[in-house]
Amino acid sequence: MENQRNIDSTDKNIIYDIKDLNLWYGNDQALKNINFKIQENDVTAIIGPSGCGKSTFIKTLNRMIEIIPSVKIEGEILYRGTNIFDKSVGVEELRTRVGMVFQKPNPFPKSIFENVVYGPKIHGIRDKKLLMEIAETSLKSAALWHEVKDRLNDNAYGLSGGQQQRLCIARCLAIQPDVLLMDEPTSALDPIATTRIEELIEELKSSYTIAIVTHSMHQAGRISDKTAFFLSGEVVEIGDTPTIFSNPRDKRTEDYITGRFG
Amino acid sequence: MKIINDSNNTEGIYDRKALQKRIRNRVFYDKLANIVFLLSTLFALLVLTILITRIWRQGIGWLSIDFLKGNLSIFPEKAGIYGIIIGSVRLMSVVGPVTILLGVSTAIYLEEYAGKGKIQSFISTTISNLAGVPSVIFGLLGLTVFARLLNLGSSILAGGLTMSLLVLPIVVVASREAIRAVPSFLRDASYAMGASKWTTIRTVILPVALPGILTGSILALSRAIGETAPLVVLGVPTLILAVPTSIMDDFSALPIQIYYWTLDTVLTPEYANLAAATIIVLLVILFLMNSIAIIIRNKFQKRY
Repeated sequence: MENQRNIDSTDKNIIYDIKDLNLWYGNDQALKNINFKIQENDVTAIIGPSGCGKSTFIKTLNRMIEIIPSVKIEGEILYRGTNIFDKSVGVEELRTRVGMVFQKPNPFPKSIFENVVYGPKIHGIRDKKLLMEIAETSLKSAALWHEVKDRLNDNAYGLSGGQQQRLCIARCLAIQPDVLLMDEPTSALDPIATTRIEELIEELKSSYTIAIVTHSMHQAGRISDKTAFFLSGEVVEIGDTPTIFSNPRDKRTEDYITGRFG
Repeated sequence: MKIINDSNNTEGIYDRKALQKRIRNRVFYDKLANIVFLLSTLFALLVLTILITRIWRQGIGWLSIDFLKGNLSIFPEKAGIYGIIIGSVRLMSVVGPVTILLGVSTAIYLEEYAGKGKIQSFISTTISNLAGVPSVIFGLLGLTVFARLLNLGSSILAGGLTMSLLVLPIVVVASREAIRAVPSFLRDASYAMGASKWTTIRTVILPVALPGILTGSILALSRAIGETAPLVVLGVPTLILAVPTSIMDDFSALPIQIYYWTLDTVLTPEYANLAAATIIVLLVILFLMNSIAIIIRNKFQKRY
């Protein structure tokens, strides 16, 4: 195999550098000694069986996990060189740089337009024309514009599940983030809607760094550059996706990928 | 009953004949239960009908534009309740804002800000208990604190504040339930966009919870508009000839006037008719308020 596991030695910038990350829910340890880096404009897939900590991990990257009161975190996550747990880092500011798309499409019960401009509005943009521009750009980037441009004032819940998820992606893009975190974004969608989201991720990766949790190994294989395999709160293996899938180093990775468990 | 015509079939674990009998019994008890529950429902309806017919007969003849627009008088033919209606309306203009502001703020604090620890559950229990305190006690509280200590006398302000305390738990409980019913994925969506807690409450949670909050608030107000005991304890006067113009004025309210007129029927029998006419006015206001609550609930109910 000519493909070396050389995730540290590239020209790309390091966006996330996770160092000795440990996380507990009360007394249960959910993440154990996580160490790896996420590089700019990569799609990093996080795979593993249910309960392996992959969702917990991705929610730690924008500190959404801290909404759960019993969570205790040790270690560092450097985002562009700054430890996100540092007291000087505002969690609100971090989340304007790191957007998140959830498992279940979660638009607000507002109009399509109001959904997209929610972020810009709460962060102080009042100019109607500018908001309209942001809405159009974001919806175009999320490949939804042509389907909704004539009904921007309709309630977002009139859209199909797949459209709602793309609306949520547009809402995320409207705050002009640097990183997109996606927590199983297609698990509630049908195959056609899933394909559209996957195509969208393909387009978005040139402008954004993406981390995606997925249940489907095929999805990870199709869309990601790097894959991290989680098991019982540990990273068993991380590397270039083709290598992980064709020539895994660890027996457990191989077992999971070939469908022997999980 | 001939549903299945093979009752001679005794194979399997069931004795088919016995089973048919048991089913027939159950169907009978089902019908019986239906009738019992229907009668229970009709009982409440019957009481309400009797009450309304009685009041209607006594009062409708006395209800006129002059009665609504006139001032109080000791002569039944001349008496009107304009000042009383204004008193009730002004009372509500104090109770409404005070109750909704305090009640919704309390609900927001308890649901969104307070931790889920012992203090929170202590406050919750206290508020629930407050809802069970008899209204006379609230009257005494109002008398001690607002009327005497703050020297507000038996003014609209004193009455309104007392009434607010009385119905506050209703608003708190209804608002808390409305806020709790807002799905957490909407909160998550807002927080993940970098919104602060207050921004999320203002832009996502309150708009979604609004129908529930408004319904609870209107029900609380309709309780307040019909409540008598606290005002009696506060010493709200029986005969006010001047129409109140500010919230510092003395006043009388609809339920109070009904109460005093009913008391005085021994002296002047026609007072009973006046009381009945006033009850009709009060009931119409109550029905209107409850209808508004229902309309709001149906209109603003959002799907997510």
